[in-house]
Amino acid sequence: MRYAMAIDTLKCVGCSDCVVACQTENNVPIGYCRDWVVEVMDGTYPQLELELRSERCNQCGNAPCVRCCPTGASHFSDGGIVLVTQDKCIGCGACIQSCPYDARYSHPEGYVDKCTFCVQRVKVGESPACVDACPTKCMYFGDLDDPGSPVSKVLKTRKFKTLIPEAGTKPYLYFLI
Amino acid sequence: MREEIIISGRMNPNIDPYLHIWHWQIPMYLFLGGLAAGILFLSSYYIVTGKEGKYPTASYVSTLIVPFLLVLGLGFLFLDLKHKLYFWRLYTTIRLESPMSWGAWILMLITPLSFLLAAINLKKVRPGWKWKYPLLEILDQFFEKYRKAIAWILVIAAPILGIYTGILFSAFNARPLWNTSILGPLFLVSGLSTGAAVNILFTKQHAEKLAYSRIDLILIGIELFLITHMFMGFKASTQVQIESANLFLGGPFTASFWVLVVMLGLVIPAFLEILELRKFKIPSLVPAGLVLIGGLILRFILTDAGQMSRWLY
Repeated sequence: MRYAMAIDTLKCVGCSDCVVACQTENNVPIGYCRDWVVEVMDGTYPQLELELRSERCNQCGNAPCVRCCPTGASHFSDGGIVLVTQDKCIGCGACIQSCPYDARYSHPEGYVDKCTFCVQRVKVGESPACVDACPTKCMYFGDLDDPGSPVSKVLKTRKFKTLIPEAGTKPYLYFLI
Repeated sequence: MREEIIISGRMNPNIDPYLHIWHWQIPMYLFLGGLAAGILFLSSYYIVTGKEGKYPTASYVSTLIVPFLLVLGLGFLFLDLKHKLYFWRLYTTIRLESPMSWGAWILMLITPLSFLLAAINLKKVRPGWKWKYPLLEILDQFFEKYRKAIAWILVIAAPILGIYTGILFSAFNARPLWNTSILGPLFLVSGLSTGAAVNILFTKQHAEKLAYSRIDLILIGIELFLITHMFMGFKASTQVQIESANLFLGGPFTASFWVLVVMLGLVIPAFLEILELRKFKIPSLVPAGLVLIGGLILRFILTDAGQMSRWLY
């Protein structure tokens, strides 16, 4: 089992519903976010291209945050989801430094927090809150080992990219382009 | 003109717009750890090689402050933790891939040994010293016999501590400025240099002072060499590392790095030490003080600048 997410940059309108859905589902403290929208304007005027990306933890296959954690609080869970065990985390910040996507933050209660792919929902067969809330249905979630899952299907037919693969992190967040 | 505008909706405190999750505590801890490693290495080296009689300041006197340095440094490390009550979790596991874990365990080895070394060295520094409790006297006499064995452990462990202070940074490929293997040797040499500076400050004999000045001069030379190579490596590397080097070559850290660290912390003390070796009278506080302050500022600047350097995507 290998959970992954694909996000269609051509369908995303940048409404940030995914951000609000996540904050609500996961009780994210006010002023913080586990996912966020990035707008990239690129090109030469008047040929400008806009890319909208809903970003979050890449649930890396070679996660530097798991490697550098001195206590084992950051770990791989079922399906490759990277999780933080709160009562093992000492709040040293090493994992925050190690993430090239800056996907982690220090929770006001002291431990380090990040996107969990809504593991509490995924465990009971639901999709992460961001995927369900998206009004344009631009996110696909599922198990890459299952050829019938939405994410496997869309990756078979569409062109995609990952973010900074040259950082060696083996990200499992795919952006359809 | 080609445009590239990136707007991120993320505004997490201490993460955006620039990462600033490690504040003043970490550079203080790295400085004190490096300084302790420097003093311990020089002391244990002289004890192991049987030169403690010739260099009593480095071998005995300076080791007395090491336990305080380490405890203070660990205190700063503790202050940096955001989930403080769980700090003991560091010692429930050994994680070979985590530099932070290595550091926690190497400090667990070195801190008690530094107390032991300081305790058995006390009588060498103050010959009339008497322990208040007879048990301590017995322990002192017992461990006194093992000074060389303790020094043997420390002569290996101290460089590991010194180099770890740099590896703690260089292991993060997410921060291109830190992600250079030169940082380990650079922090080790800088730590040794600050250790030599403390010996220069503490010694009362001119001949000894000159010996430490000579050691410090060589170490400063190596440091300058490593800094040059670090920037050469960055400039010949990928765009992210070229840009992280540019933080110091025209960017916001240019003045503070080249003036405070390189000029005041390395070049000027080296010049003063050369003058001293050529029999000019130089008050030892000046070169030694500059080396210590330079070493501290080096760590402050690298902590801040490293967190500002990032991947572009």
